[in-house]
Amino acid sequence: MLAPLIFFDYLTQSIIDWGIIMERKLKKYGLIFIAVAMILLALFMFYPVLYSFYLSLTSTKLGKTDFVWFANYKRILTDPLFWTSLKNTFVILLIQVPVMLFLALILATILNDKSIKFRGFFRTALFLPAVTSLIAYTILFKMLFSYTGLLNTTLMRINLISEPIEWMSNPITAKAVLIIAMIWRWTGYNMVFYLSGMQNISEDIYEAASIDGASKIKSFFMITLPLLKPMILFTTIMSTIGTLQLFDEPMNLSQGGVTAATIGPSNSLLTLSVYIYNLSFKYVPNFGYGATVAYVIVILIGILTLIQFRVGATDDEKEARKLKKQNRREKRRA
Amino acid sequence: MKGKISIPRIFIYLFLIVASFLSIFPFFWMTTGMTNSAVDIVRGKMTFGTMFFENIRILFSEYDMALVLFNSIKVTGLTVVLCLLICSMAAYGFVMYKSKITQRLYALTMLTMMIPFAALMIPLFQIIVQFKLLNSHFALIITGASSVFIIFFFRQSFVTYPFEIIQAARVDGAGEFRIFFKIFAPSMKSTFFAAAIYAFMTSWNSYMWPLIVLQTNDKRTTTLLISYLSSAYVPQYGVIMTAIVISTLPIIIIFFAFQKQFVQGMLGSLKA
Repeated sequence: MLAPLIFFDYLTQSIIDWGIIMERKLKKYGLIFIAVAMILLALFMFYPVLYSFYLSLTSTKLGKTDFVWFANYKRILTDPLFWTSLKNTFVILLIQVPVMLFLALILATILNDKSIKFRGFFRTALFLPAVTSLIAYTILFKMLFSYTGLLNTTLMRINLISEPIEWMSNPITAKAVLIIAMIWRWTGYNMVFYLSGMQNISEDIYEAASIDGASKIKSFFMITLPLLKPMILFTTIMSTIGTLQLFDEPMNLSQGGVTAATIGPSNSLLTLSVYIYNLSFKYVPNFGYGATVAYVIVILIGILTLIQFRVGATDDEKEARKLKKQNRREKRRA
Repeated sequence: MKGKISIPRIFIYLFLIVASFLSIFPFFWMTTGMTNSAVDIVRGKMTFGTMFFENIRILFSEYDMALVLFNSIKVTGLTVVLCLLICSMAAYGFVMYKSKITQRLYALTMLTMMIPFAALMIPLFQIIVQFKLLNSHFALIITGASSVFIIFFFRQSFVTYPFEIIQAARVDGAGEFRIFFKIFAPSMKSTFFAAAIYAFMTSWNSYMWPLIVLQTNDKRTTTLLISYLSSAYVPQYGVIMTAIVISTLPIIIIFFAFQKQFVQGMLGSLKA
């Protein structure tokens, strides 16, 4: 009676053994498959991130590098160029991102309506700017808005203005040109995100709402907007990160490009990334201070992303967070 | 109600037409600009001219556009091929061989997704100088070969792959690499294609890193040349427009030929 049982036991044990051996072998393969990518990332991503932080604690003077703790971070507080670049970046961020996302949302809502004709054509036309390189569109807009550019000639021809406007010589209009150009490049791109989000919303919900007597505008605010919240959050975060890193556009929009003394009239186009570039590669190289400004961007991205997650959280997530807090408080009491 | 022409409808169409016109107009402008002289472009001439061959001649003889294009194609081509190979293998490793180590490494990798390039720039530059790779195309290729975003992109679509197929192949005695290259990768063509488009766009359009690494004219890529041309004291608009069209054309062709994969690749998701 016992023999078959022993045999069965032996069999299962050997299958388990084989499984363990295989698993170990497979684990080894897992490491082999990710090895090249991990080595490259370690060298060109993990190490630079950490080393950059170390650099931000050092200062180079006359070829001698000293460890200065947080002196660079203190220096930032009184550096007028840093504050100019921070202000410029935030002005661009606070105007460009909301206007662009609002336009993208409206266009997506219109193009999601199946009764609109030529939807495919409009969608393609509006997405087309996203294929241009950042340099190409920046330079097209620079030519368009230059003193002798197409816009001035056209406005003069239709007698709207008698003299050309110096768009790129005035700090405010120069910034406006940059914002307009960025809206042109990215609106269609974000619109496609919203369209793909809207396709996941069932038609039935809208029908039920319209039977209940909801107008189109009301169903947009009560149905589309709440269900699209994750997508809106995602595009907001991506655009914020992109704008905080803005480099190609201001660099090429300014008169004289890379070699210019100021970026835009009275540095009105100086962004954080351009400032880091100037600190590291244009002025007398000061890598330590450049890395400090770079880490300010890292911190800003972290803070803004966190805020956006909080604001953009769904009601369920907010509820869950509240419960967690309560639990923690009760635990502490107990 | 539906289909009837009402007054709000007209406004909606008007809005769409104006928006589409504004989107397309710069493309039209640069195409006509390519065939005109700088003087004509400044005057606001919007029809096709006769300067096309002259612009091309200046671009190719005075600015060595052929070499610049070759540089861009070389850097982008090698980056895309290497990037697809390395990142797809990494994503496959993360998905198919789950262990504590791979999961931790994946979490660490994803953590760096939001790190801005500016924070890496200075150490990267120093590494490149250390390795004596300054002013070489290899510096651009090697740093672009492993992209956190593309690993993420591959992983997102690899997780839906039926694991049973891989198990069955193992039972049949196929080695792990053969399974990946002969069975798995061929069935994931559209994912690879979308990722290729993303990698291509990133590399072809990159500006900041080449600006830092490349220092002589014989190494520069199209973005650097266009930027250089436009910063001249008296910009040759016709020549600049020609260069812009030449550099944008490959992307436009890919866009119209493979619209669906293009949008997927650009958005970094397979849901579009």
